[in-house]
Amino acid sequence: MATVQVSEAEKVYILHGIRDDLRVDGRGCEDYRHMEVETDVVSNTDGSAKVTLGHTAVLVGIKAEIGKPRPMIANQGYLEFFVDCSANATPEFEGRGGEELGTELSNTLYKVFNNQHSLDLKSLCISPGEHCWVLYVDVLLLQCDGNLYDAISVAIKAALFNTKIPKVHISSDEEGGKEIELSDDPYDCMRLDVENVPCIVTLCKIGHRHVVDATLQEKACSVASLIISVTHKGIITCSRKVGRGSLDPESICEMIEAGKRVGKALHPPLMKLLQQEESLGNKRQKVGFLG
Amino acid sequence: MAVDMRLPTVKNSMSLSHSAADRKDLVVPGDVITSDTGFMRGHGTYVDEDKLTASVAGEVQRVDKLICVRPLKTRFNGEVGDVVVGRITEVQQKRWKVETNSRLDSVLLLSSVNLPGGELRRRSAEDELTMREYLQEGDLISAEVQSVFSDGALSLHTRSLKYGKLGQGVLVQLSPSLIKRQKTHFHNLPCGASIILGNNGFVWLYPTPGQQEEEAGGFYTSLEPVSLSDREVISRLRNCLLALAAHKMLLYDTSVLYCYESSLQHQVKDVLKPEVMEEIVMLTQQKLLEHES
Repeated sequence: MATVQVSEAEKVYILHGIRDDLRVDGRGCEDYRHMEVETDVVSNTDGSAKVTLGHTAVLVGIKAEIGKPRPMIANQGYLEFFVDCSANATPEFEGRGGEELGTELSNTLYKVFNNQHSLDLKSLCISPGEHCWVLYVDVLLLQCDGNLYDAISVAIKAALFNTKIPKVHISSDEEGGKEIELSDDPYDCMRLDVENVPCIVTLCKIGHRHVVDATLQEKACSVASLIISVTHKGIITCSRKVGRGSLDPESICEMIEAGKRVGKALHPPLMKLLQQEESLGNKRQKVGFLG
Repeated sequence: MAVDMRLPTVKNSMSLSHSAADRKDLVVPGDVITSDTGFMRGHGTYVDEDKLTASVAGEVQRVDKLICVRPLKTRFNGEVGDVVVGRITEVQQKRWKVETNSRLDSVLLLSSVNLPGGELRRRSAEDELTMREYLQEGDLISAEVQSVFSDGALSLHTRSLKYGKLGQGVLVQLSPSLIKRQKTHFHNLPCGASIILGNNGFVWLYPTPGQQEEEAGGFYTSLEPVSLSDREVISRLRNCLLALAAHKMLLYDTSVLYCYESSLQHQVKDVLKPEVMEEIVMLTQQKLLEHES
């Protein structure tokens, strides 16, 4: 993650502020920064979304391809995650500098989605054991200003909502093999149900309190963070602790409760926004990257 | 807890004055400035097939026969006498390297800082070894530019009681071209906080120190908790600075103060919402126009 240098006096100022529930930009400990979400920004993907959270900007593109299902679970499709930390975000990511962070982020995403309920993977099956839809989720970090996990998870949820998978017809040809036909109509497609897709909440421990959506300066003052992914019902699908410091069990319980509360409250405005954007249809003024 | 999610909108540039006198000659890289060969080319220009072309995006300045283009967004180019706020990046032998948003790290020589107690003596080897006790990597300082080296690096000094290590407060990093050059860059705002508008774009907001001035010139930084009311003022000022910078307004004590007053009707964290920023900046521009006329 990009780091900034902070002096000792600045750290003390930030610490005391968080203790009094007034952060440097006036937010409370559980407030998010201004977030902007836009879908359908990349034309040659099946689904895409761009999320701006403060100065953090994340672009997600989803491509659906027909592949062979995994041998253990023959009647489901699956997702493949790849996170690319672009050197645009910060000079630390130049060359292979962003690889470590990228693999850490994609491993966390695999863990978050590794359950039966986040996404209905059975609907991605075309013919059991032979063909299924594989969704390649590619995440591109454009700007890094703290709180990457949250922005990435919101972008993935928005991109999955926007994904249009073409409908397939299976017919058997002369030799008994299966032939797959994609329908020609571009509007004849299948949408995914993203109700249960979780959102990730990062809680940073600073002093004796925890904050949500930490900026880079606040991150420099914290020694440990807890990352939990929460569905709209408040169910946790994955939790991880990152950072060099230690967390005692009481504060972990507190942070998990706070994370559940905050995560649960993230979903309704996001779904409302996505549905509002969908209802605008062609009248929507696309902003893209030149806003 | 609050989550503010919305669809992105195209930002409209807004300015109140559209008079022809304000029309500046703006160019982008590649624009032909003039085909007249009688002019001398200055910074930001080059000659392309006998035509004077701009190489940076900015406004054209003409002084008799010299044409140069002053870029709008650039690294800090220091002059002697500028007040800067910088962060120590390295501690070397007999000097510190300070990051000031310029092309090269600036230099703060050991002989250019005040010793504790205001002593005037030759710096000894012991002083060299205890440099890190005074300024470490990551510390913030306010300093003045003493001279410019031949490669463009700035040499800073803190030989006055008003400069030195900075204590508790908030740093806001903005573009150097937004800071107006004034007689003094240290202001004690009437709203209850103090501000240092560094020429290099780094603005430092801190709670106004009490009656007793620091005798040591920055050697002792108070780590006492700052009161909640002071914190609110500082957070509001920080958000106002970001709002003014987002709309490319010139920053000086009057504009910052007017922006602060216009923002009082909103909550501190709401000031960063795009529509509130627009409203506040419009009010500030109106007040400044009234003030001038």
